Amino acid sequence: MARAMTGAEIVLQALADQGVEHIFGYPGGAVLPIYDEIFKQNGIKHFLVRHEQGATHAAEGYARSSGKVGVVLVTSGPGATNAVTGLADALMDSIPLVCITGQVGTALIGSDAFQECDTVGITRPCTKHNYLVKDVNDLARILHEAFYVAQNGRPGPVVIDIPKDVQFAKGTYIGPNKVVHKTYRPQVKGSPQAIRDAVDLIAGAKKPIFYTGGGVINSGPAASKLLREFVDTTGFPITSTLMGLGAYPASSKQWLGMLGMHGTYEANMAMHDCDVMICVGARFDDRITGRLNAFSPNSKKIHIDIDPSSISKTVRADIPIIGDCGYVLEEMLRVWRSRAPQIDKKAIKAWWTSIEGWRSRDCLRYKMRDDVIMPQYAIQRLYELTKNRDTYITTEVGQHQMWAAQFYRFDEPNHWMTSGGLGTMGYGLPAAVGVQVAHPESLVIDIAGESSVMMTMQEMSTAAQYGLPIKIFILNNEYMGMVRQWQELLHGGRYSHSYAEALPDFVKLAEAYHCVGFRAEKPDELDDMIIEMINSPKPVLFDCRVSKLANCFPMIPSGEAHNNMLFGDELANEDIELAFSKGKALV
Amino acid sequence: MNKMEWGPAMPLDNPQQRVERHTISVLVDNEPGVLARVIGLFAGRGYNIDSLTVTEVSREAGASRITIVTTGSVDIIDQIKSQLGRLVPVHGVTDLTVKGDPIERELALVKVAGKGDKRVESLRLAEAFRAKVVDATVDHFVFEITGKVSKIDTFIGLMKPLGLVEIARTGVAAISRGPEGM
Repeated sequence: MARAMTGAEIVLQALADQGVEHIFGYPGGAVLPIYDEIFKQNGIKHFLVRHEQGATHAAEGYARSSGKVGVVLVTSGPGATNAVTGLADALMDSIPLVCITGQVGTALIGSDAFQECDTVGITRPCTKHNYLVKDVNDLARILHEAFYVAQNGRPGPVVIDIPKDVQFAKGTYIGPNKVVHKTYRPQVKGSPQAIRDAVDLIAGAKKPIFYTGGGVINSGPAASKLLREFVDTTGFPITSTLMGLGAYPASSKQWLGMLGMHGTYEANMAMHDCDVMICVGARFDDRITGRLNAFSPNSKKIHIDIDPSSISKTVRADIPIIGDCGYVLEEMLRVWRSRAPQIDKKAIKAWWTSIEGWRSRDCLRYKMRDDVIMPQYAIQRLYELTKNRDTYITTEVGQHQMWAAQFYRFDEPNHWMTSGGLGTMGYGLPAAVGVQVAHPESLVIDIAGESSVMMTMQEMSTAAQYGLPIKIFILNNEYMGMVRQWQELLHGGRYSHSYAEALPDFVKLAEAYHCVGFRAEKPDELDDMIIEMINSPKPVLFDCRVSKLANCFPMIPSGEAHNNMLFGDELANEDIELAFSKGKALV
Repeated sequence: MNKMEWGPAMPLDNPQQRVERHTISVLVDNEPGVLARVIGLFAGRGYNIDSLTVTEVSREAGASRITIVTTGSVDIIDQIKSQLGRLVPVHGVTDLTVKGDPIERELALVKVAGKGDKRVESLRLAEAFRAKVVDATVDHFVFEITGKVSKIDTFIGLMKPLGLVEIARTGVAAISRGPEGM
């Protein structure tokens, strides 16, 4: 039913009709009418962050772990600009967000008014779509459209910029079922012919590999289930990108571990040598492919993606299938079963023999020490002590993130939240806040580095305010570890500004935030403290002092091929120089 | 669909690929900022714009048609079309060059000032090019000329020694041949 309401009432009504239960935000002059409406109701719970970037990452964590749209509410000007990093992050990692920004009144737009900025102009390249609402009668439609656009097709962030006078003005409300988007109709069903071609190609493969990504997670739990069925039916090996971890269980024998720059030897070698690559919801990012003209040179590539612009962007797909992973996998599985193809068992067996050979290289091996905690060991212990609980892991960005991806083993989708595409330091702590809001009873751990976590540390205050018992597990080596590693390998060990002197005492800092602090310095005290951390009902900062100069291996230097990996245990200086001489200018 | 031909698993940054000129029509919802979205896409991803025109073509449907002339390798052109296609307010993208030899027209206003033989010669050439005189004094002409880009280029080239003062060009409007729409 059409009803007259103020713009602010329309916002709350639309959010309620979209099933929104939680929003993350920060008030300011240009959104006060909306905050007033929030005050008057109890249906939607608002979480006050300490910085707008925190709101966007919290909404990302919320969305990624729950499959719902994350909702952010911030004010005009600095409120909007502070949200930009999170929006760009969500765009790169295809996370559905709706971010409502306040704007100065329509009469003031363009006059350089107080806290005015061109929000739609600034956010245009870092959102999937954005709107400036100039007429209150468009507001309900735009809000519902925004949720539709954020979730459908390749998900992403949508900004709705609402001038203050529009929030006060009276207009007509329409419900979500009255809104049909004029233009946006993403293709979800793959071409049946392409699917049949793909099944034929897979059936005849001698050295096949599944290469899967975040698209499987985005497609929903059904897609992960179908992927498991298909992979198990074929018996073929599978690897995944950073964003796709958990779609296929790491405990399976067919799982080769993550691929790419810090992926496993077996995954990268199998990608290099395969004859058929089945790419499901991944996008051939440069961290995955390494040197493009040496990337998997002898394979035919099937690429399933909902975004046509991801196909043949950097690597040519032989069989492109545009559609939702879930739909396409279901259809593929159906065709596969109806044809009951005879796979070349002998060839597949030989392929597995090669893979086992690479696996036996034990590429993640590291030298254990008993005087100092190795970061890899810390994550292994964390995994062992949390694997039997409902545990969600977020990370910051850097060495600890790669170690987490290598050593924490994910068996379920939506349990791993990390900033993959944009690589945003400071993502993990606020993301953990969002995950904990979505899953109040679960164990939520941010595997952090001390440098990253300092970027959004203020959100500990949010966690404390709402009693969100997030656990911030800091691998503290006092360096920006990945920067230092590159400086060691590429810049002659000149550690230019990668050492943080005068770090805070994280235990005292935790106490200052009304949280609990732990510090572990020796391997033998780690287990007890992790258990104490898990059992603490409060938010925790865990200062895990680790080996300062440990490097993250294996590693494919930028601009190198997959079969040209470096290992931590047998590296001579000349090897390093040689391996890195070509890729110095690359990031 | 044709029988699949397996190419080598080659990367797309192939320097040997020929650069082509394509004319692309984009039908968009006429909402605020839609042109900025299209131009921002080209600027942000480093694509070329040789010409770009935009005008509303259907008031009832609120639709505008953008005609873009761009150059790039076949793979880049494909990327451009995919990237345009995923913009939310885009109704459809058509590569007129792939559909075959589109009709392309541009309008130019050309101001030429001069006296004597040069003035007579410019008028004579304008007639040969079917350019109209839309403004004149004893010292100058403004010609209106319509045609293919190459025709206008040629005309402007001829006017240069005859007292060319300035040029305003519309950019290319293009449409496919035959009875079908985009």
